[in-house]
Amino acid sequence: MFEVRVHGRGGQGVVTAAELLSVAAFREGKYAQAFPTFGSERTGAPVTAFCRIADSAIRAREPIIEPDAVVVQDPTLLRQVDVFGGVGPDAYVLLNTTRSLDDLGLAQLAVRLRPDRLVAVPATELARTHLGRPLPNAALLGAFAALTGVVSLESVTEAIRRRFSGATGDGNVAAATAAFDEVRPDRAYAHA
Amino acid sequence: MRDQLEGSQGIARTVARCRPEVISAYPISPQTHIVEALSDMVRTGELAPCEFMLVESEFAAMSAAIGASAMGARAYTATASQGLLYMAEALFNASGLGLPIVMTLANRAIGAPINIWNDHSDAMSQRDSGWIQLYAESNQAAIDLHVQAFALAEELSLPVMVCVDGFVLTHAVEPLDVPEQTEVDAFLPPFEPRQVLDPDDPVTIGAMVGPEAFTEVRYLAHAKQMQALDLVPEIASRFTQAFGRSSGGLLRRYRTEGAETVFVALGSVLGTIEDVVDGLRESGERVGALGITCFRPFPLEEVREALAGARRVVVVERAFAVGIGGIVGQNVRLALEGLPPVVHDVVAGLGGRAVTRRSLESLLADVRAGRLEPGRLHFLDLDTGLVERELQRLQERRRSGPHAENILRDLGAVAARPY
Amino acid sequence: MASRPPVKFFQVGSFAAGNRLLSEDDRTVQSGRDRSNALTKGHRACQGCGEALGARYVLDAAMRATQGRLVAANATGCLEVFSTPYPESSWRLPWLHSLFGNAPAVAAGMAAALRAKGRTDVRVIGQGGDGGTLDIGFACLSGMFERGDDVLYVCYDNEAYMNTGVQRSGATPPAARTATTKPVGEEPGSAFGQGKNAPLIAMAHEIPYVATATVADLHDLEAKVERAMSLHGARYLHVLVPCPLGWGARAADTIRLARLAQETGLFPVFEAEDGEVVAVSKIRRPVPVEEYLRLQRRFAHLFGDAPRTDVIERLQAIADRNIRRFGLVEEVAA
Repeated sequence: MFEVRVHGRGGQGVVTAAELLSVAAFREGKYAQAFPTFGSERTGAPVTAFCRIADSAIRAREPIIEPDAVVVQDPTLLRQVDVFGGVGPDAYVLLNTTRSLDDLGLAQLAVRLRPDRLVAVPATELARTHLGRPLPNAALLGAFAALTGVVSLESVTEAIRRRFSGATGDGNVAAATAAFDEVRPDRAYAHA
Repeated sequence: MRDQLEGSQGIARTVARCRPEVISAYPISPQTHIVEALSDMVRTGELAPCEFMLVESEFAAMSAAIGASAMGARAYTATASQGLLYMAEALFNASGLGLPIVMTLANRAIGAPINIWNDHSDAMSQRDSGWIQLYAESNQAAIDLHVQAFALAEELSLPVMVCVDGFVLTHAVEPLDVPEQTEVDAFLPPFEPRQVLDPDDPVTIGAMVGPEAFTEVRYLAHAKQMQALDLVPEIASRFTQAFGRSSGGLLRRYRTEGAETVFVALGSVLGTIEDVVDGLRESGERVGALGITCFRPFPLEEVREALAGARRVVVVERAFAVGIGGIVGQNVRLALEGLPPVVHDVVAGLGGRAVTRRSLESLLADVRAGRLEPGRLHFLDLDTGLVERELQRLQERRRSGPHAENILRDLGAVAARPY
Repeated sequence: MASRPPVKFFQVGSFAAGNRLLSEDDRTVQSGRDRSNALTKGHRACQGCGEALGARYVLDAAMRATQGRLVAANATGCLEVFSTPYPESSWRLPWLHSLFGNAPAVAAGMAAALRAKGRTDVRVIGQGGDGGTLDIGFACLSGMFERGDDVLYVCYDNEAYMNTGVQRSGATPPAARTATTKPVGEEPGSAFGQGKNAPLIAMAHEIPYVATATVADLHDLEAKVERAMSLHGARYLHVLVPCPLGWGARAADTIRLARLAQETGLFPVFEAEDGEVVAVSKIRRPVPVEEYLRLQRRFAHLFGDAPRTDVIERLQAIADRNIRRFGLVEEVAA
């Protein structure tokens, strides 16, 4: 089983991100379960969403305490929420930021993880460019696909299109693809 | 059709295929996605003929459902927590009048303190309302139970509530098999009421009943609900024949054959418990799990039979009766009266606190080591230090402040922590 | 606006409704042998019960207007209790009693069911007393109004919770004695400045039809029911129904009291459509409120050895205000 935890703030599409990831996995014939934890609807409040992906039916109904991957959609959470709780040495960490790890005070984290598994992506900027809005979730999904290979970019874009039509769909797909390219320029290695 | 769907969406689509004629619902977390989806389907005409009433309260929602059902219309509503309490009077009215209303209850804790997360205190508070209570272990079960619920309700002329853990199930996205319209139509015939308000054949419904007849009327209500003990399995087997998968029924056994210890629970926590059972079985422990799907009426004989061979039973429940102890545990003890198994009653997952695999494994270790007194209600993952400090505060000062605030301050939950 | 018979009736000392002077078409429903008797004999209401009278008047008129295609939702209260002493029922139409505070919602659900089933021929009436309508059922009533559910809701107003022993409700008039507003202490009886004006509140919802009526004017009441049933959407009828027991009046005075309530101006009789008054029942000769109050023991404490003329004056001021507000008195040319 591959367990992903997504952190962000209300309004950034955190819940949607986990959901789309689960849809992408479903498309590939896998079993996937996505669910959120949050309080009453409130923009800006910390939101955590989970996604489990496996080859057999998933029965567990508890939060993910030892994630195989963590996606941080909003770096301002670093001081507020324990986003890296339970992260082991082989975990993937995907950060939405243009700043350096040192700037963010994450030098210690870099030491704990495998260097090729800790990646920063300017997802908000890519979203602004391709979608016209600072919604980083689709971009981060593309980056996730490239980083972990757990799902393909194709599955991600199909999941996006199933959810968003027209220009919004196009923009999100473009952002996801751009992010994918940033993390893994050579798409031939898209599948792990 | 099999698709990756949010639980609420799956439930809404399935309910729509059951062809309700009147839906009256008032929004409350975490049921909102269900009623929003149904509202859309009525607007677009996907669900027709159906009237969607935007009522002013949950009390009005159930009241409108009562009026609609008495007119012979298939009526549906959904609520949670405070909303269920607000319609409490109407719940008893609906069951007393024998109206086959179906309701989704997105299980959520009851305040004060206000809490929007999952536990079973809402459903449990109304366990005596005369409604049949079915608990879904997963979203697929939730979907399947709704189809069966309409059949059950209309056959018996009793209202049925399908309990679906709020957020945990309602907001989880997973692979779901939503039945096709043709399949549901074949399984669920049009509603044929046992009593109906008809100008061509007028009847008076809801008259006062005095001491001379009340006892008998109430006995009949009890007897009628008990009939569900036969009907629920029958409908479940019809469902299996029609849809090709096992679903519903009174109980669900998981690896209970030869089990020394059996967990008993309701709802989604069973998924996690089954993972625990598998893990423990792998290390040679003889553990099993019993899921109770039909809680009211309570299947005493079936529970007795399922647990009789165990050495110990660990009930894990998400509500409790203040002032006395467990609820499910109490019912299970009754079922096992006179039999050897020792029953441990554990309260877990209140107000949305996660019930984790780790905690359950640790609980079982405690049970086996005899660290858990069977007669006392045990609160899983209770922070006794916090509680003791708060009790101390209460003793020292009259105005000691609100419990929750003091506890959160103790926990440092309001202060930022370094990563 | 409800249609009126072509002849005006003046009280000449008898209570005859004057049907014999009218052509058959203009006679009241009640005078006809083929009236539905939707609330038939055998119920257990008190002698002189205004509500039993009002309900029979309203429902028979509604049954005629709908050719008997009518269903009713009834709140808990006197009407429900005295009409269904188990195992008997005096209702001859399909009738449902649910709870105290939900009659408007139940009726709304019934209307929704009929709509879903395409049954445009069957109509819905919701009914209850002042307590069930104005207090405990108020949220449901307002919800029914704002949604525009196709229901005629009838409030039988006897100005207190009668079935439970005459306790004060939001419709209890100032100074009236009830079990919870006794004439002890400084303010005798029910307080001034409290209470709700249900018809005005209904009008504020701008529903198609709002009307008030009393059991003293049968023609008027029946005409209003007929008018209401000719319309669709949320409609409200508020009927004053004196209660001999609760008001401390003679059983024989029920209709007289209803007439006096209207003639003093204390109970304005009018019709409104879409939130605006369109017709009023004029008072030919306004009657001083004292004449009305003296007949009821619930106001007895205002009279006697230490009469509370100050209170009576305040009640008179209310009546005068109503007269002015609704234009209840005929303008007489100088």
